[in-house]
Amino acid sequence: MWEQISFNQRRSVILSIGMGVILVLLGYFLGSHFFDNGIAGLVVALIVWGIMNLVAYFQGDSILLSVSHARKISRDDHPRLYNVVEEMKIASGLGKMPDIYIIDDPALNAFATGRDPNRASIAITSGLLQKLNRDELQGVIGHELAHIKNRDVLLMAMAGVLLGTIVILSWYASRFLIYGGTTRSRRSSSQGDSGQIIILVVALILMILAPIMAQLLYFAISRKREYLADASSALYTRYPEGLASALEKLAASTTQLQSANQATAPMYTVNPFRSHGKAASDLTSTHPPISERIRILRSMVGASYVDYEKAYRQLHKGKGVVPASAVSAVGAVPLVPVKPETMVEEPAEVERSRETSDVMWHLSNYKTIPCECGIKLRVPPQFKAEKVRCPHCGRILNVRDQS
Amino acid sequence: MPVAGWVVIGIVIFLVLVFFGIYNSLVGLRNGVKNAWAQIDVQLKRRHDLIPNLVETAKGYMKFERETLEAVTKARNIAQQSSSAGAAERSKVESELSSALARLLVVVERYPDLKANQNFLALQEELTSTENKISFSRQYYNDSVLQYNNRTQMFPSNIVANMANFKSGEFFEITVPEEKAVPKVSFQ
Repeated sequence: MWEQISFNQRRSVILSIGMGVILVLLGYFLGSHFFDNGIAGLVVALIVWGIMNLVAYFQGDSILLSVSHARKISRDDHPRLYNVVEEMKIASGLGKMPDIYIIDDPALNAFATGRDPNRASIAITSGLLQKLNRDELQGVIGHELAHIKNRDVLLMAMAGVLLGTIVILSWYASRFLIYGGTTRSRRSSSQGDSGQIIILVVALILMILAPIMAQLLYFAISRKREYLADASSALYTRYPEGLASALEKLAASTTQLQSANQATAPMYTVNPFRSHGKAASDLTSTHPPISERIRILRSMVGASYVDYEKAYRQLHKGKGVVPASAVSAVGAVPLVPVKPETMVEEPAEVERSRETSDVMWHLSNYKTIPCECGIKLRVPPQFKAEKVRCPHCGRILNVRDQS
Repeated sequence: MPVAGWVVIGIVIFLVLVFFGIYNSLVGLRNGVKNAWAQIDVQLKRRHDLIPNLVETAKGYMKFERETLEAVTKARNIAQQSSSAGAAERSKVESELSSALARLLVVVERYPDLKANQNFLALQEELTSTENKISFSRQYYNDSVLQYNNRTQMFPSNIVANMANFKSGEFFEITVPEEKAVPKVSFQ
């Protein structure tokens, strides 16, 4: 139920094919120019692509997580986060609980990765964990789980690999052309010079245009996914305001994520590279402008895909983002009318920061020893002595029996 | 054999294939409903398990709220006993448990010491999350039931549903009666 795979497949397959055609053309013309053999170039391009795909399929998620310095947490490390993920897992009807990672970074962001719903992970920065209350966290986690449920994670990984291959091939080819000269020119050829020149020109144009075209296609794929994930998140939580207000906080933050790079950018909830106050431009962004996403979420009158579609169309004339199959799936879905006050008093932001920093210390194997005078001692893992004196009140504290 | 004979055979084969297709999709939907129900069941059990701990922790602090605590324990025991009942019956008893719990958590506000207790805070987080999980699994279950019921009642799948005896699913609702707002004391 609620899976938007077929939509993913149809639309994205077309775009992926477009990128594939670019790769094939690039390989063929580079081959004709450098090896005098288009097919050889094509084969090289496909082999490079194949190897990168295999790596991405089997190791992509772990590479991404380790590049981002993400750390896996368990239920005891951060019960609230774990619970929220589990709540959203239930709401989305996902079969398996994804692994949860925290990135120690004050920037506000989150991403999902993995191969399929059975092997998926979501990562969230410590900054975001501190800033968001429970409803907002639900919205963000719902968005990430939607990426997993709609099979976006694998699709984006594969499209990213395709893009990467095209960029790499063009880059190396241009270096060869500039610094290496060609073997072609020294050989006598049965073809006329004009044939060579045409091939050279086409190869040159492709080298310059291919990465740009592929990037545009890639962005087109990823932006659609973001809208759809927003719609799914609203459907899971029945409370689009949660995600909207989380996005507002994300938009207001100016901290850039340290571990993100151009390749991993599309994985995040919001573009990690946007500069403050600047709405993303139309074609060259992996993410739709945040203000627009917020406006769509806020103008929803129900929580279903139909309502998201209506809200989207108020902003954009023409085609919507939600597939027809989803629109007809379930009838009207009411919003949670007014959010009933959470039974637990929400931990305030200071509390949340403490909670999160406790987790980060714990993950670095520091021991936290509470002293009776009210302060907490952080003992590094290298500290071998059995007792430590509290620097504040002078009490002697036992190191051993603390976790 | 005359052409008409072949046409009839072809039509029959076609109808049989359509029948199988619809039948299988109905079975799939029905299993989805069952699976969604299992999810609710897990969370309701989890709530039953949490309550004795919660009551035990609260007891020490809430000397004057014996009635509220007893009401929660009683509602919990009743709910646990009817844990093998159908959706409609369980809706009723679980709703009562929900409202007893809601009353307890309103009362808790008057006990700052209890609210500062780490153990209680952890329990409260678990309870809140379990309530959320119950409502999310209920939401998913009800949507599954709606989808399944739609298929069993709509043409042409209703023909298959009637022949193979697919019964409509029951919805699961937990309704907490509106709590009267705690009277606010103003110092003016």
